[in-house]
Amino acid sequence: MEEIKKALRPRDEDFQGFSCNIPQLKTNRIIQANGFYSERNSVDKKDLDNVIVCSLDDAKKYYSDLIKNSEIELESLVEEGVFVFVPANKEVEIPLQMLDVIKAEEPILIQTNNIVILGENSKLILIHCDDSINNNKSVSNNSTKIFLDKNSNLEYYKMENISNHASIITNTSFVLKDSSELKTFWLSLNGGDIKNNLTIDFEGEYASAELNGLYLTDRDQVVDNKVTVNHNKPNCFSNQLYKGILDDSAKANFQGHVYVAEKAIQTVAMQNNKNILLTDKATVNTQPFLEIYNDDVKCSHGATIGQLDDNAMFYLRSRGISERSAKMLLMYAFCNDVLIKASLEELKERLADIIKRRLHGELSTCDNCVLHCSTPDLAFEIDLSKV
Amino acid sequence: MSLLEIKNLHASINGKEILKGVDLKINKGEVHAIMGPNGNGKSTLASIIAGKETFDVTQGEIFYNEKNIMDLPIEARAAEGIFLGFQYPVEIPGVSIANFMKTAINEQRKYKGLDPMPAKEFLQLMEEKKKVVEMTAKLANRSVNEGFSGGEKKKNEIFQMAMLNPTLAILDETDSGLDIDALRIVASGVNALRSPENSTIVITHYQRLLDYIVPDFVHVLFEGRIVKSGTKELAYELEEKGYEWLRGL
Ligand SMILES: Nc1ncnc2c1ncn2[C@@H]1O[C@H](COP(=O)(O)OP(=O)(O)OP(=O)(O)O)[C@@H](O)[C@H]1O
Ligand SMILES: [Mg+2]
Repeated sequence: MEEIKKALRPRDEDFQGFSCNIPQLKTNRIIQANGFYSERNSVDKKDLDNVIVCSLDDAKKYYSDLIKNSEIELESLVEEGVFVFVPANKEVEIPLQMLDVIKAEEPILIQTNNIVILGENSKLILIHCDDSINNNKSVSNNSTKIFLDKNSNLEYYKMENISNHASIITNTSFVLKDSSELKTFWLSLNGGDIKNNLTIDFEGEYASAELNGLYLTDRDQVVDNKVTVNHNKPNCFSNQLYKGILDDSAKANFQGHVYVAEKAIQTVAMQNNKNILLTDKATVNTQPFLEIYNDDVKCSHGATIGQLDDNAMFYLRSRGISERSAKMLLMYAFCNDVLIKASLEELKERLADIIKRRLHGELSTCDNCVLHCSTPDLAFEIDLSKV
Repeated sequence: MSLLEIKNLHASINGKEILKGVDLKINKGEVHAIMGPNGNGKSTLASIIAGKETFDVTQGEIFYNEKNIMDLPIEARAAEGIFLGFQYPVEIPGVSIANFMKTAINEQRKYKGLDPMPAKEFLQLMEEKKKVVEMTAKLANRSVNEGFSGGEKKKNEIFQMAMLNPTLAILDETDSGLDIDALRIVASGVNALRSPENSTIVITHYQRLLDYIVPDFVHVLFEGRIVKSGTKELAYELEEKGYEWLRGL
């Protein structure tokens, strides 16, 4: 096993300099190269100020008690991944940025298993990016388990920008203890086949989860989002807002499941999925679903599928705005109410920029990674003919 | 010289004919009023002049500045100076009025081969024109028409008109739903735009508006045709006699 791992592990040099910068925003980066934690390319431990970041292997050796205390169950099958631990009362100032980078010369299968633990009263912003550097076939299967202890606060941004020949499956689960606050922002920008399974388990009272999603797909991309929210405890709040724009013959599925246990009184749970289809060939399948076992709750769900509004198009064009720009404005406006939920100004700007580029169809013409971020410090030779 | 000339315009939707041969000629510098009963084709005519494509124009032509514009897309007509004040302004959530106007002005400039308007100049223009319609800063910062009251929406139309400075303004029932002060504001906005080069079409049900915006001509659009044209006295006559009177004509 060790032998195989050694053989698969890519050279750190090959991933050196990959930064995926967010202008004006300093982040501490954790790089996983083809599924292997690349300590050398990641943030220096000295700069982490008591936050623990290490490989999952090391975590099992040195921090197994921390994992045990967190109620996270370890699955032994997949051993690669990173471990992040934020100690109690720690407010992490610099956001952590986990970069899962794929750069494969031939088709590749990647399996990772991450664990993130937020101690009591702690606070963290975690930006988790999937990027592919070239256009080879790849399949990544990722499990990330995140534990929010009492009164902790996490903002989790997921950005999926992988090549049209890459598939990813993410299984991300959050356990929320008393009065913890979670905000997720799930941005599926590009990829051949993206499947996101998101699970929220309320294991304490007065906790809240704001779950936002945006998927922008074209060609024959497929994006699946399955969101399961388990209100196991009373007095918790959840709100899902997932929006998507589909072009060409892209497909999207949204499956939202809210479960409210019998004892989970005073639950507030909302769920909304809205879609715009730009062509006749694009398809959306949306299934919001509420499963409620007590009367003392406030729940709502809704789903819409529509085209760009003809009247709005006429209105904008009648002011001299071209058809293309009018479409862009309307699509951008459609994304905007998800976007405004991002609280970091620099990140919001970055996301706005990415979304604009994406809507302009710029991603398929980029020249370094799949997402053209214009990072001058990117040290790869890129074969443009493949992009 | 004529600014707008409509010749024998026929238009239908879903096989139902709505305009049945409209003829109308508007010279530079003139203000024309179009009146007529509900559902007789006034808004249809206005939106076809602006270029709306959902109607089938089965016959006829529209000339603007002596050029046939039937093949010009909506945005090109706007850039050429045609402005439509909507009877029912559309709500655009997520797009601010400032962003909307900046995009509109710059796209119109691009059409004319001009560089984008400098930001400072744009902001000055916004301030100046907001004053014209007494639009509050609060309103100007909101999404286009979203949650606006009926009157606020109409004011916003006049604001946009002032920003875009059109050559031909078509105001479709801009007066309906306005209180008496707002009506005065809207009228002064329109009158401020009056010049020997510009023309205005006001569509209205109320003679009252025409006390503020005095038209050179009044037309009655009835069952898809302009059945009667006259001067401002025609508006009084209509008020007195009602539309049934037109049946005999
Ligand atoms: N999109 C449409 N689909 C079907 N019928 C339409 C459509 N648009 C307009 N019509 C019909 O065309 C006719 C003329 O409508 P239009 O809006 O032009 O009337 P109007 O003279 O402006 O009336 P009002 O004074 O009430 O504003 C009406 O019978 C209307 O129902
Ligand atoms: Mg009308």
